[in-house]
Amino acid sequence: MDDKQEQKGIVLTEAQKKSRRERSIAIALALAVLVVLFFAVTIVKGPAVLMRPM
Amino acid sequence: MILKEQGLVVSVVDHNAMELAPRISEADVADYVALLKPRVMALVVFTALVGLLIAPVHVHPVLAFTSILCIAVGAGASGALNMWYESDIDALMSRTANRPIPRGRVTPPEALTFGITLAFFSVMTLGILVNWVAGALLAFTIFFYVVIYTMALKRWTAQNIVIGGAAGALPPVVAWAAATGSLSVEPLLLFLIIFFWTPPHFWALALFRCEDYARAGVPMLPVTAGPDATRLQILLYTIVLVAVAFAPWPLGYFGAVYGVASLALGGGMLMLAANVYCRREGREASRATRRLFAFSIVYLFALFATLLIEVVVRAAVPSIW
Repeated sequence: MDDKQEQKGIVLTEAQKKSRRERSIAIALALAVLVVLFFAVTIVKGPAVLMRPM
Repeated sequence: MILKEQGLVVSVVDHNAMELAPRISEADVADYVALLKPRVMALVVFTALVGLLIAPVHVHPVLAFTSILCIAVGAGASGALNMWYESDIDALMSRTANRPIPRGRVTPPEALTFGITLAFFSVMTLGILVNWVAGALLAFTIFFYVVIYTMALKRWTAQNIVIGGAAGALPPVVAWAAATGSLSVEPLLLFLIIFFWTPPHFWALALFRCEDYARAGVPMLPVTAGPDATRLQILLYTIVLVAVAFAPWPLGYFGAVYGVASLALGGGMLMLAANVYCRREGREASRATRRLFAFSIVYLFALFATLLIEVVVRAAVPSIW
């Protein structure tokens, strides 16, 4: 392996890039759902959202 | 690496090779979905939905959705952590050799991280957005399934699925707690039904997967006590299950539709369990255990669906009750 190739580090294959992109989108969607969920519950509960019944 | 020998699929993961080279994951979303055990999750969601809807309080649809989502994700987290811990024996059993870890699609540390993350978020979200009784119960359910059942009981005792069945029986209790903030007799009845349903269901599976479990060294009842003792236990547990499932009607907790359905479905379960007990050899025996296994799934779905129907009819036509 020559120096040029070594400097590049790990090069992802197309399949690895594709699966990483898929995973990133899934994580983004999950976070978006979490944000929407917290927002919706805050609207539904109103000030009561601050009450945490045990 | 997948080897195919005599129609049996055995997956072998070369862990040393994986450790030497930097491993870049090619796992796609489907592999992570498989870690969640979607079929188990479907049953959990359904039983939890029943627990939520039979609660005698109005639950806002957003809170109901949040509760069911958290319970589903918590169940998925349990599945991922279970697959992380059991990847060694999964590779030895034909039923589980195609799971993402034995296939080499997901590494054990990836599955562990995934499971812990989902468990944390499901418990915290349920606790913060709904209530902490439900959050604590969900945390206990995940702990019980992963630590008590998977890590302690499964490889130690033939009673693994009897005690471990409690984890699978808790989702309707969590859902009831999410709706009411407390516990009552009704969710405990649902708990008992699933608890006593678990042994006949899994022992029927273990009877026709006995060689798999023996190869993996899992002390399921047919491996340790033999098929005949297992058949007897299946019949005994089925008798208890049918009685426990019928009891809520005469006790006044559930209605007549449920009572009649539980009798009819229970009759079917008893007949199939008796069939398993009587037919002990050859193709007939194998067919009898497969039938019981398949019907036990229908039994639980139908029993809980009847409760849902009762709730819907009661809400639509209150004068009937």
